[in-house]
Amino acid sequence: MSSSLSNPIKTALFDLHTAQGGRMVDFAGYFLPVQFKGLIDEHNHTRNSASLFDVSHMGQVSVSGADFATASMALETLLPGNLQNLKPGGMRYTVLLNDAGGIEDDLIVTRSDEGGRAQAQGICLSIVVNAARKTHDMELFKAALGDRLEFELHEDKSLLALQGPLAAKILANFTDAPHKLAFMQTTSSEIGSIECQISRCGYTGEDGFEISVANSSAAELAKTLYGDERVLPAGLGARDSLRLEAGLCLYGHDMNDEIDPVSANIIFAVGKKRRETGGFTGADAVISALKNGPKMLRVGVVFDGRMPVREGADIVDEADNKIGSITSGTFSPSLGSPIAMGYVPASMSESGTAITAIVRGRKISGTVSDMPFVKQNYARQPGV
Amino acid sequence: MSKILFSTDHEYVDAEGSAATIGISNYAQDQLGDIVFVELPQVGATFKKGDEFAVVESVKAASEIYAPLDFTIVEINEALEANPEQVNSDSMGAGWLIKVSLDNVDQLGDLMDEAAYSAHTS
Repeated sequence: MSSSLSNPIKTALFDLHTAQGGRMVDFAGYFLPVQFKGLIDEHNHTRNSASLFDVSHMGQVSVSGADFATASMALETLLPGNLQNLKPGGMRYTVLLNDAGGIEDDLIVTRSDEGGRAQAQGICLSIVVNAARKTHDMELFKAALGDRLEFELHEDKSLLALQGPLAAKILANFTDAPHKLAFMQTTSSEIGSIECQISRCGYTGEDGFEISVANSSAAELAKTLYGDERVLPAGLGARDSLRLEAGLCLYGHDMNDEIDPVSANIIFAVGKKRRETGGFTGADAVISALKNGPKMLRVGVVFDGRMPVREGADIVDEADNKIGSITSGTFSPSLGSPIAMGYVPASMSESGTAITAIVRGRKISGTVSDMPFVKQNYARQPGV
Repeated sequence: MSKILFSTDHEYVDAEGSAATIGISNYAQDQLGDIVFVELPQVGATFKKGDEFAVVESVKAASEIYAPLDFTIVEINEALEANPEQVNSDSMGAGWLIKVSLDNVDQLGDLMDEAAYSAHTS
């Protein structure tokens, strides 16, 4: 389903967001809150406690086939991630590439958990895709594999993300899922009488959960979680500053269909063995990029002073020639410094390299820095 | 006695004779959200009505601030360099941006009083 800019889709939580004082904006064709009380408060609350995000704009795609082995083998002819070796309930970050190796989208692929509701419905795998790429991805999935697998986009489902160091402790008061899941694992569950699919993952760098639920139950689920007064709403603004601090790419900004995963510095999205064996769309280009090394590489940069250096800012050499550009940037609430991601020549990608960016005609000094900028806090073991 | 006036672009002008203090309205700071950086002009610089004279940056975005009338900069609020959040907490007080000498006080007549501005933002 697509929408025009003048007519954004309301998520199932729209009324709740407005009642909570959410400042609603059109994002990728959806009305979503950019902030509630304030971006920095919401950012810090997520780092210190637990926040609830409405990420229902993300596309939830189910993949049905004869069985997991058949479906994952077929899917690997398109996607470069190691999917066949996913354990039941296991999740994998990967990318959808074009023939030239450019990134069409980044995705999370999940193998249905054993005995769960998805499996009972014949769903072998699920894929979460970016909101703006839903229709495009569905076309690519169906064109490549439509004769072997069934792909369905579930616009009838919402996605809520509970994120923060207290997320597991809080969620454990409603379900045993936190005790069953480590980072990047999923399980069928219930919260009260609401059926949902709980995955331990997120986009903030913190421990947390994404909860897939029918639109008809989404508001009730959110209200249940808000029953714990430590849970506060957070908007897209905080989501962006949190993911940037965590060093996580944003599709359409830090990567696009002309950038390969080697240059984007997300080669972990391509399974180790598959970097040699290939057999997925874009394999030749990726293998060649690995062999030759990237010309440009995505790096993290911390800038001096306080002025944010944002998407589109040029990176220049000593003679003021443009040699790269910033693809995302903000003021990091956690570090109290401007942070950014951008592309620089591979020879300048080492941590500690001094770089210069131009903002409104002024030269701003920065230093290439390891990412994440703020330590990730994922649950390597199940528990709270 | 000074009277605070407002522009349609959400600046306020607190003028007494040809001396004025200029900042952004409380409504504007609330719309911008958490302010993390303010770029101010040089003392002595002159601006015409409609010129961009400052940039106020929130975590989310950079916003240009336009001159509501013609003026010369007399003083800038240097405290904002270390504490830009003062624009959020007290935009009409400690969060002022610039003090200026007005070139043409007649231009004050183009601005709105508080009641008209309040209607403009509601």
